[in-house]
Amino acid sequence: MIIDTNVTLSRWPFRRLTGDEPAELVAQLRKHNVNQAWAGSFDGILHKDIAAVNARLAADCRTYGQDLLVPFGSLNPRLPDWQEDLRRCQEVHKMPGIRLHPNYHGYGLEDPAFAKVLRLATARRLIVQLALCMEDVRTQHPLVRVPPVELSPLADLVKNNPGVRLELLNCTPIIGVEQLQPISSAGEVYFEFSMVEGIGGVARLAERVSLERVLFGSNYPLFYFESALLKMQESGLPESRRNALFQENARRLLTV
Amino acid sequence: MLSRRTLLKSLGASCSLALAQGATAFPSASEVARFGPIWDAHCHLHLVPGGTPEERMTALIRFADRMGVERLILSQGYSAQMHLTPEQLREENDRVLRAVRRFPDRSFGSVYLSPSYLDFSLQEFDRCVRDGPMVGVGELEADKRCNVPELDPIVERAMAMKVPILQHTWLKIGGNEPGESSPDDLVELAKRHPQASFICAHTGGDWERGIRIIRGTKNIHAGIEGFDPTSGVVEMAVRELGAERVIYGSDVGGRSFASQLAKVIGADISDDAKKLILGGNLRRLLSPILQAKGCRR
Repeated sequence: MIIDTNVTLSRWPFRRLTGDEPAELVAQLRKHNVNQAWAGSFDGILHKDIAAVNARLAADCRTYGQDLLVPFGSLNPRLPDWQEDLRRCQEVHKMPGIRLHPNYHGYGLEDPAFAKVLRLATARRLIVQLALCMEDVRTQHPLVRVPPVELSPLADLVKNNPGVRLELLNCTPIIGVEQLQPISSAGEVYFEFSMVEGIGGVARLAERVSLERVLFGSNYPLFYFESALLKMQESGLPESRRNALFQENARRLLTV
Repeated sequence: MLSRRTLLKSLGASCSLALAQGATAFPSASEVARFGPIWDAHCHLHLVPGGTPEERMTALIRFADRMGVERLILSQGYSAQMHLTPEQLREENDRVLRAVRRFPDRSFGSVYLSPSYLDFSLQEFDRCVRDGPMVGVGELEADKRCNVPELDPIVERAMAMKVPILQHTWLKIGGNEPGESSPDDLVELAKRHPQASFICAHTGGDWERGIRIIRGTKNIHAGIEGFDPTSGVVEMAVRELGAERVIYGSDVGGRSFASQLAKVIGADISDDAKKLILGGNLRRLLSPILQAKGCRR
């Protein structure tokens, strides 16, 4: 059984993907024994009507994956009255968390708006998924060049928000594992491994930030689902420790 | 040495345990067997744990065993430097020779050369390939782009021995490094040598452009290694080039076997196509030199 903490619904703006229809995505996840998938929306990256994005996400999760897909709404603190989106995510759509794309939404982590998002999300006991990037900067569309999120302010922000529950998605190799360690030490921060690279990369990440803080994530359908699965195999972790990554760590984050 | 039977047994045991615990996770032994022996066209010792070439290779083989990869084509040793002197190139080739010598049934070497040092490179080809155990040229990653005329004598030497050439290519949106080759550069070179066989390493990274660039040049194969496991890459390569022109490699240790194997195992293509990509095509390319050297496949 697997809890996949990083899947995304709707359309990737630059390419059609196998699995970008929700029924197809759910079928693929079930085939691989995923019993829960935390789902964001590609629309949340570039759309300005975030309220509609989140309503569609919640509806698709209900319609196609009632017992499987768990919606994580997009939040853009650069938009007017974004606090209402946060409220709806929790109170209307019953989402357990939100997903942020600071680099696509045009703010850095030093921006006071980000601190405010963390504060309000923590007060509501929402999980915050922070996507560090979406794709390799070297292969982006020439008119949409977006560098990864700059992480240096994050450790202090986590320290200043006791009780924050944070998951870093798409931990690109550009951001060295050594940068993740102080963030891990600062508080309740988890690391999803879909973009972790290098030989035995998942086991190395677990050594650096502790096994309890690493979460299974496929980045499906942008990535082949099998990549995450095979990374687990390559890690060589014993069965008991694999289960921590496959589901126990995510379950703990969800229920804290 | 890992026999195929031992490998499948070990994968099968791992899978059975997972199934028993309700955690179907990994491709089963029968799934792996379906694709035939997996050969990896693009491996390095860089970023692999260990002090010596032998230690690094031991670690690499341990990971290969976990993933069901039977053969590794090893090149470039493990220096992190990009622009090497002849002495450094020779040292890297020696590291590869040492690593391959430790695991002769699991690996082949491929010689690291540079068009910046033509005379040296021709001598090094002779030392490592003609008179030595290596079976390929590359990964070529030098401070001159591969369309320069200095590459021609190296390609001719490779053609004479019927060995394939693995050429590094990228199409970085912010611009390639000075001297870094692109698929366009490789097309220029390959058109000058239609009888030679080339593997376009990384297919330019920006694969939707890279595949189109090499499409019309039939002696170039698409190497799918060394970039993110973005969904659709192998499907497009097979659609546009045919499965016979697509070759699996990983670019370990900077990449994982896992993410790069997933591009093929997860692709929506036939099992026959997967067999070709995961080893069949590479064995076909290497067949003349392996026969000439009397190597068992």
